[in-house]
Parts: sequence; C-alpha cells; structure tokens
Amino acid sequence: MNIFTFDNTFEGLLTLVFECYSRKQFPDEILSGEGSQSVLFASTTEIVTDDRKAERVWKGIIKHSSEDNAHRIYRVFLSGLPDTPLVLLKYIRLVIESTKNEETNFSLPVVVEVNKLHQKVCREAQRIHMFTRFQKTVEGSYYASYAPMYDVLPLCIPHFRDRFADQSWIIYDLKRNYGFLYDLKTVSRVIFDDLKVNTQNGQLHTSLLADDEKLFQSLWRQYFKSICIEERRNDKVHCQFLPKRFWKYLPEKGVP
Amino acid sequence: MISESSLEKLKILAGAAKYDVSCASSGTKRSNTQGGIGNATAWGICHSFAEDGRCISLLKIMLSNYCIYDCAYCYNRKSNDIPRTSFTPDEIANLTIEFYRRNYIEGLFLSSGVLINPDHTMERMVSVAKKLRTEHRYNGYIHLKAIPGASQQLISDAGRWADRLSVNIEIPTENNLKILAPDKNFKSILEPMKMISTGILESKEERKSHRNAPLFSPSGQSTQLIIGATNDTDHTILKLSSALYTRRDLKRVYYSGYIPINNYDSRLPTVSTPPLRREHRLYQADWLMRFYGFRSNEIVSVENPNLDLELDPKVTWALRNPQLFPVDINTADPLMLLRIPGIGTKSVQLILMARKHNRLNSSHLKKMGVVMKRAQFFITCNELRSQNIQDLKPEIVRQLLLDKKSLGSDAAVQLKLFYPMMSVLK
Repeated sequence: MNIFTFDNTFEGLLTLVFECYSRKQFPDEILSGEGSQSVLFASTTEIVTDDRKAERVWKGIIKHSSEDNAHRIYRVFLSGLPDTPLVLLKYIRLVIESTKNEETNFSLPVVVEVNKLHQKVCREAQRIHMFTRFQKTVEGSYYASYAPMYDVLPLCIPHFRDRFADQSWIIYDLKRNYGFLYDLKTVSRVIFDDLKVNTQNGQLHTSLLADDEKLFQSLWRQYFKSICIEERRNDKVHCQFLPKRFWKYLPEKGVP
Repeated sequence: MISESSLEKLKILAGAAKYDVSCASSGTKRSNTQGGIGNATAWGICHSFAEDGRCISLLKIMLSNYCIYDCAYCYNRKSNDIPRTSFTPDEIANLTIEFYRRNYIEGLFLSSGVLINPDHTMERMVSVAKKLRTEHRYNGYIHLKAIPGASQQLISDAGRWADRLSVNIEIPTENNLKILAPDKNFKSILEPMKMISTGILESKEERKSHRNAPLFSPSGQSTQLIIGATNDTDHTILKLSSALYTRRDLKRVYYSGYIPINNYDSRLPTVSTPPLRREHRLYQADWLMRFYGFRSNEIVSVENPNLDLELDPKVTWALRNPQLFPVDINTADPLMLLRIPGIGTKSVQLILMARKHNRLNSSHLKKMGVVMKRAQFFITCNELRSQNIQDLKPEIVRQLLLDKKSLGSDAAVQLKLFYPMMSVLK
C-alpha cells in the first residue's frame, strides 16, 4: 500500500498532485502530516509543500476546466474531512486527464461527490453569515466567536469586510483557535492565547462589554419572542433551519 | 434614547407587525459607500428563525399601532382593546442601526397603523428611511409599507430611500373588501401600486441613459393576500396574482393563511386553525407561475376553481394532461423538463449540463436530486421503460402518489417558502 503524507494545507495538496505525476505513482491513502503514525507494511512518502509546483497544478486545473472549478476545489478542501484529499486527487486527475471539461458531467460519481461536499461547505459559510452575533466591547469594537463545522471563516471575511466597513471587528473560530481582525483598514489573521471568552457560549467577559450591550441583547430576545405567531408554531422546521449546535452562541436562543 | 422602557414598546409593536408575511431581503445589490455601513446582497440572508419556522431577516416593526381604521381581519383595528404605543422615527432608526451592527438583521421592514390620516403616517415612515440613509449612512435593506391613500409625492419620496415598497391588498375581491374593511376601497390600494410601478419603470428607463440617475424601489414591490377570511376561490386569487405579476410587474405576492384573531366579528369565518395546507398549495402554484412557465389558467380554472390539497399543483396538472407524458429526459426541451413532477429548476440545470456528456438513466437522475417516486411515472430515460402514466392511467398514478405518506407533509411546507436560494459564494 502506498501512503502519501502532506502538511494539510491547500498548497500541500496541490504539490502532492504534482508529485504524483512526476513520480508516476498514485497513493492509496493520503494522511495529513500531524498525528499520522507510521503504518506497518506500507511505504510512506512525505510530500514537502512547494508553492511553485502548487501554482502549476492550480493553473493546470483552470486550463482544463475553469477558474470557478479551481475555487470549488479549494472550498471543498476546507471541509477538512479525512477522505477529502483522496476525493480531490481523484477529481483533479479526472479534470486534468480528460480532453474536454468534465466539471459538469454529473453522471460521474466523483463529480457528484465533489459537488455535494462543495454544497456542504458553502452552506456552513452561509450559516456564518447568518448566525454571527457581534458583541459590542467597551472600546467600541465588535466581537463574535463560534465553532463552525468546517474551516469556512476565510470564505466569509469579504462579506463582513464590505458590510461592516466602518466598525472594527474580530471574528474568532474557537474550534480551530484562530480568527480575523479588521481595524478599519485591513483584515489580518490573529491567534489569541489569553482570550477572555466563555467557550461555552462565545460571550466576552462582562467587564469587556459595552454598557448597553446587555440591553440590546435583551431587546433582540424580546423581538425574537414577539415575532413568533403562536398559532403557527412549528418546532420541527424551527430546529431544521436553526441547528441546535448554534443555539448557545445566539442571544435569542442560548445566552441568558 | 433606547432604554429599558423600549423593551415594552418593542414587544407591542413587533407583536403587531408579525402578521405581515414578507421577510424577503433579496433583489437589490447595493454596495457599501465610503465610510458608510451595510450593503444589500442580491440573494438576501436570513439571520434567525422564529419558533413558528418563519425566517427572520428584517426588523419587522410598526411605527405605531394606533389606527383610525376598523378592518375586520386586522389585529390592530380601532375597536380592539389592546395596548397602544408608538416609536419615534429616531428610535426606530437607532434600533435598526444597533441591531444591524451586531449582525442580527439584514435591514428594516417598517409598517404602521394609520395615525390621523394616510399622509401624516406616510411622512413619518419616509422620515425613518431618510434618516437611515443620510444621517446614519446606512446602505442595508429597507422595505416600507405604502399607506393606501398616501399622496403621490410621499410615495415617490419613499421609493427614493427604500429598496422595496409594498401595498397590501389583503382581500382578493372588491366586494369582500367592502364588507370587511368599509374604510378602504380597491382604488385606494391600486392607485399607490400603480404609482410605484410607474416610478420603478421610469427610474429603470432613466438609468439606461444616465448611470447615476436615482434608484426607485430597486427591489420592486410586493403585496399580501389573506387566504380563508373570505369565500374567494383559488382561481380568483391566482388570477389576481397573475395579473399583478404581468401587468404591475410585482416581485412577490405573499399569501397569508387567515389566523382567527377577531373571532367575535360575525363577518369572519369561525375557524380554529389557520389554513396552512391551502396557503402552501398557493405558494406552490405561485412558484409554478413565476419559475416554471405555467399560466394561472393551467393550474386552476372555472371548472376546477380550487387547488387539490392532497397533491401539489404540478402533479395535478400532469394528471389532467396525461397525453403529454412520458417525457424523454435525454431529448426533451428545457420548458418541458420543468413541467415534470419531481423535477425542480435545479435538477433541470443539472440534467441539461449532464446530458451533453452522457445519456442519463434513473440512477443518474436520483443522484442529481430528482424525486424519483414522483418523476418515475412521467419520464423515460436511458434504460428499459418502467410503468408510466400511459400504462397505469391517471387515477392509479394518483392513488400511488397518495399512498406515499411523506408527500406534502407540513415540514416540507415551510422548507420551500422561507429559505431563500442558497446561491451564495458562487
């Protein structure tokens, strides 16, 4: 059995594709570098990320299909699921080795699978657009945090930068322990070691909150309650659209 | 100026606004301006979901629930003994901005009871929108309700600041409107609708020659009809909607199942629950008219004036027209594909793309999201033919479709209605 390992970055995966072709050898399994243990009776090849090789594969994908498709592959990669690298390798091989563009050939299982994964990642990103709840801090900036299922924060940043251009904000992924900070000019990636956040509900410590923050949270809670028509109550649909894993971060559902 | 006391006002005025169904925030693409806050995305974003399963994307609120009118179907009618209050335009503007900055909402949907007279009320509502756009430099979504009877000048001011305007027709026929709302008439409702659609058309024309000509209600106009408060048939209702879509160029007609709020009024029917199933079927029929190329008289007619509550309108149409089926998935034209039960707009797109590569069979279709339990009776594809509507006769197919319990469950009802298209992040 052939095993390739890589550093779990997108460039790493593209380099891996490049190496497959230059070594004329395709892996049966792909493991991400950290935490992967040497497996008995298998040869393990460690792929070292090389931005130039990655760039060539990226361009190759665009040449054989479309720019949309290359970005689709990136978003599917963000799902971070254990099988994803292998599925993507298969998909990229299909794209590169076909004489015509196969990205819309939905009769091929791998095309359907990649599109399903893509939809899942986009849905999660959409949920971040929907369920982000900023808390206003004493110094007037805004903070939000949660733990998305996939690593979708990078996909959401352009939206928040455009919409909230005149307020500084931080959006933090508690699960992957990194976030983005906007200071009215640029967005930068940040890691905090001593974040004063209750990881149970993403709320900042009370001493950090603006005076009227709790008031607006309770106004929002009141609004949420008043807008519901009791005669039409439908808990099933409610839970379907507002997944329970987000409740603890939402003032209207969890935060007391 | 927003304080603890605002809580009580919010409770009353949000509670008074909840019977308006519209919550769409889509249709405009407005980018943020330098130093401003907010934008409007073309697809709209829901920010929460109420416990009745409806999406919450806008701060849906009334400026005031005092009203000089006494419409039988309305919760805020003059003769109801309920707590009354008003927000000032500044309070509404502030509340909107504070909610918006926290990403609670996509924008504002402002409506109001009629205070003193229509013009006075409309003027206060317009001032909220103007404040938001000019003082707060707000570029998010604004939906204003136009008050029937408001002057042309105020309507055109409203269209300048808002993304969408709406006038609610509520009662589908003039006769019934006269009975239930003696203070209103069709003219006072249809006049502002006409003004709005003219305004939209003029602005569109002007923007063709001057790119920076002012927008007018860029996301169009919508209206709402109450279902089940009167004896109007689905035929009457859909004919009206269809006329509104084609002649007044409306973006949306909303259907609101009558909720028994003023049960003491003998002019209203005595029901215990809102007609949710009928409402759902009307929305399906509405979808067929807007996205599937159906005409209203194909869905309901004088002979069949009401929709079938047990089966969706596309299936019932197909059962009435068996001579058109089965359809060959691999060769049929797109408009016919759209008419096959169990196949939606998304599947049609996938089929059209995929059949350029291969001939498709039923397992391909299944993977693309076609609902085969419905579609199977109406199609042929690249495999041995199965029993279709020609072999089985429509009555049998109807029975087979009804036996499947999962068809038309109420959970699926709201799924389609309140979740906007997920075409995010192209």
